[in-house]
Amino acid sequence: MPEDPENKAGESNEGISRRGFLSSVSAGAVAAAALKGAPEAPAQEIHAGNKAVTINLSVNGSTRKILVEPRWTLLYVLRDAIGLTGTKIGCERGECGACTVLIDGKPRYSCLTLAVEAEGRAITTIEGLLEGDKLGPVQRAFAEEDALQCGFCTPGQIMAVEGLLRSNPNPTLDQIRIGVSGNLCRCGVYKNVFNAAAKASRLRVYKGGA
Amino acid sequence: MSEFYDKLEESFRRSFEPAAPPDDQMQPWGGTRIVGKELPRVDAFERVSGKAQYTYDVILPEMVYGATLRCPHAHAMVKSIDTSAAENMPGVVAILTGKSPGADIPWYGGKPPQSKLFDPHCRYQGDEVAAVAAQTPYQAWDAVKAIKVEYEVLPFVIDEESALKADAPKIHEGGNAAGKPMSMRRGDVEKGFAEADVELEETFCTSVQIHANGEVHGSVIKWDGNKITIWDSTQGVYDACMISFARTMGLPYNNVRVICRYMGGGFGSKLEMGKYTVMAALLSRQAGRPVKMMLSREETMLCVGNRPNAKMTLKAGVKKDGTLTALQLTNVYTPGAYSAGASVGFLVQELYKCPNVMVTESGAYTNVGRARAFRAPGFPTGAWALEQMMDMLAEKLNMDPVEFRLKNFTDVSQTRKMPYSSAGLKDCLIEGAKKFGWKEAKAMPKGDSHIKRGFGMAAGLWMMGSGGPPYTAEVRMFADGGVTIKAGAMDIGTGTKTVACMVAAEELDVPLENIRIINADTALTPYASSSGGSMTLPGLVPAVRRGAWIVKRQIFEWAAGALAVPTDDLEIRGNSVVSRSNPDKKRTLEELFRSKGVMDVIGIGNREPNPANKAIMPFGAHFAEIEVNTQTGEVKVVRLVAANESGRVINRKTFECQVFGGMVMGLGYALTEKRVMDRRTGKMCNANLHDYKVPGALDVPVNHEVLPVDLQDNECNNVGCKGLGEPAHVPTAAAIANAVYDAIGVRPNNGPIDSRMILELLSKKKRG
Repeated sequence: MPEDPENKAGESNEGISRRGFLSSVSAGAVAAAALKGAPEAPAQEIHAGNKAVTINLSVNGSTRKILVEPRWTLLYVLRDAIGLTGTKIGCERGECGACTVLIDGKPRYSCLTLAVEAEGRAITTIEGLLEGDKLGPVQRAFAEEDALQCGFCTPGQIMAVEGLLRSNPNPTLDQIRIGVSGNLCRCGVYKNVFNAAAKASRLRVYKGGA
Repeated sequence: MSEFYDKLEESFRRSFEPAAPPDDQMQPWGGTRIVGKELPRVDAFERVSGKAQYTYDVILPEMVYGATLRCPHAHAMVKSIDTSAAENMPGVVAILTGKSPGADIPWYGGKPPQSKLFDPHCRYQGDEVAAVAAQTPYQAWDAVKAIKVEYEVLPFVIDEESALKADAPKIHEGGNAAGKPMSMRRGDVEKGFAEADVELEETFCTSVQIHANGEVHGSVIKWDGNKITIWDSTQGVYDACMISFARTMGLPYNNVRVICRYMGGGFGSKLEMGKYTVMAALLSRQAGRPVKMMLSREETMLCVGNRPNAKMTLKAGVKKDGTLTALQLTNVYTPGAYSAGASVGFLVQELYKCPNVMVTESGAYTNVGRARAFRAPGFPTGAWALEQMMDMLAEKLNMDPVEFRLKNFTDVSQTRKMPYSSAGLKDCLIEGAKKFGWKEAKAMPKGDSHIKRGFGMAAGLWMMGSGGPPYTAEVRMFADGGVTIKAGAMDIGTGTKTVACMVAAEELDVPLENIRIINADTALTPYASSSGGSMTLPGLVPAVRRGAWIVKRQIFEWAAGALAVPTDDLEIRGNSVVSRSNPDKKRTLEELFRSKGVMDVIGIGNREPNPANKAIMPFGAHFAEIEVNTQTGEVKVVRLVAANESGRVINRKTFECQVFGGMVMGLGYALTEKRVMDRRTGKMCNANLHDYKVPGALDVPVNHEVLPVDLQDNECNNVGCKGLGEPAHVPTAAAIANAVYDAIGVRPNNGPIDSRMILELLSKKKRG
């Protein structure tokens, strides 16, 4: 199989990395910036068990106060508590990348991140890349390059590319391939994903940070 | 006000002529304006924005979550189930076992039925034992763990040869033979081998491949009295869900509404109703609340299908001039614990001209997960044997593999006994070889380093891919020129919606932006068969074209009357119908519709039957360039080229995307994908996406080209298109195997060809 030229995909901050994930969540699990006036999420309180805790989650620029069980993943809370179902469930064990979101601007598997660990972090989901009712540059590139078939892994692929371009606005082809190597596509449209990432880097005006 | 009602009352007296099928014939398109272009998908926005709602994304008020307790043993008998602890767990709203009301349901067919929804006799690791619904998925899984089951663990067998021995554990009452051996004979193979100058025999094995589709299997259920709405992750809202569900539950079809607008991949594994749908429906009845039941990734790896293994012994006879005289194939396989199709013999009977063919196939039940249809069932497997054998014969005859295949080309289907509507094999071989630079590649030196370069090719066809009736499309044009298509067909990622809109836009001469499609909802859209067999495109789009044509004809008849010109002098330009000979003669659509007192015109397009005397099959030839690292055993695919003949290309962009994807899946079949069973426990070792290796971004070549071969097939249907999803996948793995042989000079009979196998082959070669 093709060799990884830098041979450190696991530590690359362009892509998803399990090692990177571990260090990031342990560092940020504590600080809970209590924001007054944060909108309450409805309905979830009835589901949370006795050990539920209230957390403030900053998602796509707005902060929500949510009651969660400590074991709930960020993926579950984003989808079922907040209703942002653009982030997909593929394996729930950090193998496929369908659940990729940005945490403080870096791509992370939201199935391996507990919601309580994401408190105080800036979370960006696929919905957060929209510019009003228009597609963001990475989304537009994926549509134009037909970098999808069934589309189920696509939000994750797009978030991986978004994260890559935030840290490396002009990636080489090999950097792109490594950047999306944590995202499986069973329909096999990788070639178009590479093209879309290259196109997105041309389309995208780098805004800096998350 | 009364004037308004007077006018309205008056208008009710005017007659309205609904569109009727005209009696003249629709002609094949000459040039096309939209069809054939590279266009983004019509639903690309929804899919890249995260707005597309897949089954997994359906969230309903009061909805609860289902989870399944599965047998952890390869073979066991359930002695007792104690759900008392689970019932008192937080959030639990319903528990289902085989003893629950309505749960005694036969499953997997057969007479008597092979099993039940919950069968105490568990025949593989993953058979269903009980199910739970709770307020959160976490609570549901907690409750599953709290159910106490007493199992009598039974001896198991996981390989087909041991399963047929007299002392093997008995999996079914009738024994372990999976039906009667299948046998097919054409001509006389003995005579064929007697005529041959060269005779070769070789055994080829393939491993079990798992579908591993992105979205797991599952359903969301909502009852309203005895009417039900099912959001199902399915390849067919009608056949694969509505009809099976209604029959199983004793409901009228129209009480069952099934919706699946977006589906995250199936590859054949979602062509039948899942137990999860029925379990969710029963849980939902019990709980009085909607239930979402999605499987875990592990459950999908174990329980909802795979491509069965094969042990194929292929004997071939050929004359010195390269003429095939006989092909004899024997295949032994296991469908798993329950019956499933697993035949691999069709390609041997059909792909090359051969008067004498014999195929014998037999299977045995084992204590492993059951097979299901998987992208061109039997064909990539059959190609693995046939296409390696073709290369072996060519080498023996000192012929070029492409030349040897061309020598045995036929434009007549030997199984259907009629000519092909278009016989693309020859053109795929010739054009594909040209595109790949086959002659030049074969002349290249192998290299002196430990990295050996190899080139290989293989061909294939797909037996279906014609599509056919019944398929219905409702095409509806509004007075402002906007068009809505309604079709029951699925878009499982192939781009069905996009090509349907393009065909309607082409026929109606309106911009693609004017067309909207509503699909895959049994309450709203007309019947379509399931999306399998590469039949959706050629099944649906001729119906769409017919519907659009009926609409156009109706409007043209109105315009012809108003403008006093013949209908064939008319065309649609912008929002008007215009006379070609005198463009001053025109009416806007608005005017025409108003003059007839209508706001829309509806054309019901039915798929016409296929020609009676033609066989319709898509073809392909794939070419691979690879590198083998003889020190590590790694195989790197450097370049792939596909030439695929699937009739008219509707959308060049989605065509290419489909072929890339088919080849990537073939790359996995050749090199990385394999279900690994533990012989000591009978359990699957790699029931996850970490250990089961689906090709990733670093495994696929960037250099990857697709050549559509269009022979202008005007006979297959009114659009001239054939299916693509499966023929795009059939030859790839065999082409890579042939390239590996070219690189290292040892034939990789067994797949997948992993590093260890390469090193073993090389050391075998060294030993001589």
